[in-house]
Amino acid sequence: MKYLKQVFGGNLQQYTMVLALVLLAIVFDVLSDHKMLTPSNAQALLAGNAYVLVLAIGMVMVIVIGHIDLSVGSVAAIVGMTVAITTSQVGLPWWVGLLLGLLLGTAIGAWHGFWLAKMGIPGFITTLAGMMIFRGLTIWVSKSISVPAPTEFGFFGAGFLPEWGPDLGMNNSTLLLGILAGAWFVWSELRRRSAILARGHELPLWVTLVRVVLFLLVIGYVTWLFGSGRPGTSFPIPGLILVALVVIYTIITQRTRFGRHIYAVGGNKQAAALSGVNVNKVYFLVMMNMSFLAAVAGILFIGRTGAAGPSDGTMWELDAIASVFIGGAAVSGGIGTVVGSMIGGLVMAVLNSGLMLMGVGADQTQVIKGLVLLAAVAIDVANKRQGGSSIFKRKPAAAKPAVAATK
Amino acid sequence: MTDGHVLLEMSHIVKEFPGVRALDDVTMRVRKGDIHAICGENGAGKSTLMKVLSGVWVHGSYGGKIIFEGQEAQFSKIKDSEEKGIVIIHQELALIPELSVTENIFLGSEVMKGGLIDWDAARLQAMDLLARVGLEVDPDAPIKTLGVGQQQLVEIAKALSKNVKLLILDEPTAALNEDDSANLLQLMLGLKARGITCIMISHKLNEIAAVSDAVTVIRDGKTVDTYDVVAGQVDEDRIIKAMVGRSLENRYPEHTPTIGEVLLEVKDWNVESPTIPGRMITKNASFHVRRGEVVGFAGLMGAGRTELARSIFGRSFGIWRSGQMWLAGKEVAPKTVQQAIQAGLAYVTEDRKVLGLNLLDNIKTTIVSANLGKIVKNGLLQMDEETAIAEQYRKDLRVKTSTVEAGVSTLSGGNQQKVVLAKWMFTTPEVLILDEPTRGIDVGAKYEIYKLIHAMADEGKAVIVISSELPELLGISDRIYTIREGEITGELAAADADQETLMRRMTTTSTAPADPASLS
Repeated sequence: MKYLKQVFGGNLQQYTMVLALVLLAIVFDVLSDHKMLTPSNAQALLAGNAYVLVLAIGMVMVIVIGHIDLSVGSVAAIVGMTVAITTSQVGLPWWVGLLLGLLLGTAIGAWHGFWLAKMGIPGFITTLAGMMIFRGLTIWVSKSISVPAPTEFGFFGAGFLPEWGPDLGMNNSTLLLGILAGAWFVWSELRRRSAILARGHELPLWVTLVRVVLFLLVIGYVTWLFGSGRPGTSFPIPGLILVALVVIYTIITQRTRFGRHIYAVGGNKQAAALSGVNVNKVYFLVMMNMSFLAAVAGILFIGRTGAAGPSDGTMWELDAIASVFIGGAAVSGGIGTVVGSMIGGLVMAVLNSGLMLMGVGADQTQVIKGLVLLAAVAIDVANKRQGGSSIFKRKPAAAKPAVAATK
Repeated sequence: MTDGHVLLEMSHIVKEFPGVRALDDVTMRVRKGDIHAICGENGAGKSTLMKVLSGVWVHGSYGGKIIFEGQEAQFSKIKDSEEKGIVIIHQELALIPELSVTENIFLGSEVMKGGLIDWDAARLQAMDLLARVGLEVDPDAPIKTLGVGQQQLVEIAKALSKNVKLLILDEPTAALNEDDSANLLQLMLGLKARGITCIMISHKLNEIAAVSDAVTVIRDGKTVDTYDVVAGQVDEDRIIKAMVGRSLENRYPEHTPTIGEVLLEVKDWNVESPTIPGRMITKNASFHVRRGEVVGFAGLMGAGRTELARSIFGRSFGIWRSGQMWLAGKEVAPKTVQQAIQAGLAYVTEDRKVLGLNLLDNIKTTIVSANLGKIVKNGLLQMDEETAIAEQYRKDLRVKTSTVEAGVSTLSGGNQQKVVLAKWMFTTPEVLILDEPTRGIDVGAKYEIYKLIHAMADEGKAVIVISSELPELLGISDRIYTIREGEITGELAAADADQETLMRRMTTTSTAPADPASLS
């Protein structure tokens, strides 16, 4: 236990959900006669859930500021529909349609942000209205029929990386990505180590070694899993877009002023305002960003299905919200991370996929997902009540409470 | 204190919070039918003791024994203590503004008939209870239409509806004017005549003298003195000495100021209330603070001290109407908190937990939170720098914690306040406004905060201290302004002032009142 702590850092609780995810994947693999952890299933799982996970990135920020966005499914739908109509029917080039879609999403976000930040209408109401408005508009402009999307979007929604170079038994692009990820981890781990030593703290060499070896094993396995599918497949493009967004948004939330302001506003709005944080600006930008990401999700989705339908995106908001809460965010705001929400979203995705492989019907799957959401949040609440920290707290607070009053 | 029937006996009560021992062996006895006063400084443990008694802190979470009516009390919720007839009325009234008087009185113990609320019976009972507390209001009037004094009486009516045997009043007159206070004390005597026992937490020695039968003094979580009051005669010196427990001289650090030129000047400052149109919360306020000077703002609760400070700090409260402001001779008009911080102002809020801190945060993120720009390089926060800065402040301010990664919610009040001070020191302000900087902090930490205030003044900053504790203002300031109802009513050198002269100016106007017509 002591050694585990040294390797993973003081707070093991934050790995509970990662562990649950790994266990789920293994259990389903065994139960489904090894259909779960196959290259094709892994690729399908990631490509098929990327859009919900993209939504969860924006949603965790909205939930951290203490609001909620119910409109994301409708916004994704209207954006997907607009892109399909402007390209397939009006005849604009695909990239113009893409930019138009992203612009529309951002504009809708500004609309939500306006009502929340300037008029003081709670996000729940603002976006409940948005959910109806943009769903209605989608059906209206599409006249209730699906519109095909240009084939170029298929690359974003269901594409694979190119095949090149010598035959090494797997997709070389995926292999290259794996090597880059491994190299980045080794480099950042060594940098971390030298920083710790420079500050005069101790860090046994074996701890660094174990961490590096463990991570390389994981990345090696993932590379193999995604790269060794049938020829022509690789780590999926939507997955790559997702990873890029996760990296960008993790940096924004954890390493920038704006990110700090999000947590400050969510933790204590009044204290943030009296520390010079422009609360309304934070509200506005977070809402705008959410709809921008909903637009990205909508475009990924029409790329995957090849068409925009009037009922696309129905109930997506609930999947995104569930991912965020399974990932350890607090309903009252102030707590939650992008990475945590991704884990939460993957837990849902693995459940979906595993139950489907086992032949469980959609009805029962729904019931099980609901129970998992309840259980995950219940465990989190129980942990907090015992004075422990949440599964995915923004920063693992020190386990030991600070000592003694001033005497 | 042996004669008479003992209603309540609390013996050897110990209550600990992480890092603080709030109650350390408190023992007290209350006789049936008495009005028993509890005195003590802020943070002495009075409120904690009452929370133990009323079951807010459940049986088992504290040490010691409570005997009520000869039986050991083991309350696991507030309802348990209420069933025994113990009712507490908190300093902050617990009424719901939107509900009517009747609805509030019977909230949680509604008058039922056949599974439904019997509003007619409830209204009649409410009228009866209101008559008993001498309050003439419509039982259907919403609570928010009543004054604070009337609301206090509704709370007591509510307590009476529960067949109260022991009524606990936590600083009942703190928010009341003189008439309402006198009324309330009269009512307490009336309740006593009906055999209801009262515990009254109070700082006001004249009130204690007027009504109480016995006094218990608590200091630093311990009972230090308890005795009967003989025929309305209270030995004030004895109470003060017990409350303070040390000679008054060395409660405040010695300090010789080096006072420079005027740094902050405010002239004819007028601010309108954000909620009540037309009501001015600051009227023609003019004052100045010099470099190296500590200036105190004395005023009763609700006098407009905080409102004035916050309106100066980037107009973060009220609606600014007129007035000018100069910093180091240059006119400035910060319209947002951000602009105020950039101009060199810092404001430490009065309510740490509600306004001053994000309790989810840890120490280091809190310290840098008001000046994040200083640790940003290429758009990214420099985490190493953040840790180094936090460590430096931890050492300088002697924050007692094992690590700067610790959550601020795990710290004691004094250490939390040091972290808040560090946060504002990191913004390198010229003018520091400290609103009740030592509220809820124990005596030792107070002394350290005072020394920090003086150290900041010695660095050439101008420091404004707002405080309800007059000895504190007299002990640490160089000059004191008194405020009453949004007006500055006096300016005194601390050396020439004493509590009485300050109090007189805080409660009555010594000069001609400002002409309201001159407000723009």
